[in-house]
Amino acid sequence: MKLDPRARYTENHEWARQDGEEIICGITDHAQESLSDIVYVELPEVGDTFDRKDAFAVVESVKAASDVYMPLGGEITAVNEDLEDEPELVNQSPYDDGWMIRFIPDDPAEFDELLDTKEYEAFVAEEEA
Amino acid sequence: MPYIPHSDRDRGTMLAAIGIRSIEELFEDVPEHVRFPELNLPTALSEIDVRWELETLAGANLTTAECPCFLGAGAYHHFVPSVVDAVLSRGEFYTAYTPYQPEISQGTLQAIFEYQTMICALTGMEVSNASHYDGATATAEAVITAINVHRLKRRKVALSPFVHPEYRAVVRTYTQGMGLTIAGDEGGGAAELTGLLDEETACLIVQYPDFLGRIEDLGALAAAAHAAGALLVVVADPIALGLLKPPGEFGADIVVGEGQGLGAGLNFGGPYLGFFAARQKYARKIAGRIVGQTVDAAGERGFVLTLSTREQHIRRERATSNICSNQGLVLLAAAVYMAALGKCGMRQVAELCYHKSHYAQRRIGEIDGFTVVDDEPFFKEFMVHCPRPVEEINRYLLEEWDIVGGYDLGRDYPHLQDHMLLCVTEMNSREEIDALVEALEEVTS
Repeated sequence: MKLDPRARYTENHEWARQDGEEIICGITDHAQESLSDIVYVELPEVGDTFDRKDAFAVVESVKAASDVYMPLGGEITAVNEDLEDEPELVNQSPYDDGWMIRFIPDDPAEFDELLDTKEYEAFVAEEEA
Repeated sequence: MPYIPHSDRDRGTMLAAIGIRSIEELFEDVPEHVRFPELNLPTALSEIDVRWELETLAGANLTTAECPCFLGAGAYHHFVPSVVDAVLSRGEFYTAYTPYQPEISQGTLQAIFEYQTMICALTGMEVSNASHYDGATATAEAVITAINVHRLKRRKVALSPFVHPEYRAVVRTYTQGMGLTIAGDEGGGAAELTGLLDEETACLIVQYPDFLGRIEDLGALAAAAHAAGALLVVVADPIALGLLKPPGEFGADIVVGEGQGLGAGLNFGGPYLGFFAARQKYARKIAGRIVGQTVDAAGERGFVLTLSTREQHIRRERATSNICSNQGLVLLAAAVYMAALGKCGMRQVAELCYHKSHYAQRRIGEIDGFTVVDDEPFFKEFMVHCPRPVEEINRYLLEEWDIVGGYDLGRDYPHLQDHMLLCVTEMNSREEIDALVEALEEVTS
């Protein structure tokens, strides 16, 4: 399982990374591996607002369709339009080219409540056990 | 697939497995006196006696085989070529289930795929599902699709008053509890309808031709709907589409309708067929099964269910619809009908309907007391104002002439009391139309 040391994580297997005032978010390497080949990503629109733990996207793989949840509440400022034609980017590069959204968090302080790399690693290990 | 009944040995094994000795033991919890009551039935009849009895009962019905029929309003008397039943009665196509397993269902899957392809060609759409229960439920599913396309953020539906009254009722029943506002069908015409379009509106629903038979300009409605960011849903008569410009060319986003006219016969009101087609970009939001074409491991063409991740058996409560079933056999009838007639045949049927209904309209308009109400273009149905209540005229037509008259529009539209909606198809001969005219002349004399 690959991890991004700059990112924080959720128990729903999303990652979040700070970039100035914005947060970039996607699904983890572990999530993409469990889903297998991703064939479609349904993204929100810029300007949409969500609460923490609201579903903001749907990832469809050859096995299932799964919701992706907001790590923090906020307003969407950008979506990764490349995923429309190349959803496989989520499989190939979950932390970089496979990012899903950028958003301005309602409460930036909540970022620190997310799991850090070690905690997430431990969480996955426990879930697998 | 042959039906294989259980042998006594099979039954014995099953009884032993659950630890009882006889099937009767399964019913021990049912009180003795109601367990195996004596049935008070008449003595058995011989096959020939049964046949006579049923033929006598059947003979009491009047059918479109004996009576000229001028009733439409959603169920249409069109010709069903013999090839439709010949294919339909093949045992290979009989199944109560949608085919999940492509390895044993290529015939059914290919038939559905071809049906979808022809529905797309007819409607001018890009993707069709494997059908719904009927035109009314397909219309309701179009509403749900439009709501989902807008991610539940728009919850208003502008519904034309000239969409079939029963479809409008089904839309309301189907969507109750979703918190939708369904407006527009209480009063007037198109102008009021487009006035309802705003940033809350998910879709505008119109019928083509409309319930009164008229052909509206869909282009203007599509533009108005799209200007407000709403989808245009068109409820279309597939037979009319053999002649009229497909709704897709006007900019419709979803086209649905009743497919009964495509090879299914009137069948005493059912089973019918709801067709549903949409733009490709909404493929993931639509309900129902979709069959796709692919290649197998050996590179041969094959057919499978596709985009199933939308559906409830995978997405559970997050599925956009809980409908997975399709009308397999009626769909097959439609596929065979469209394939047998082809593009030219479909056009010919539509032209016959068009010309015969226009002949009938002209002749009826000449009768004293009967007035042709609209001078708008129509396809196979038209409205006339009658000198007496429609119900009274219909009773007279049936009792004195063995003619099934038109639809009483006063039932659904209070301002259209004494207005009859007449339908003329390729099945009405000139003699039948002339007989109707003669009969109506007697109504006023």
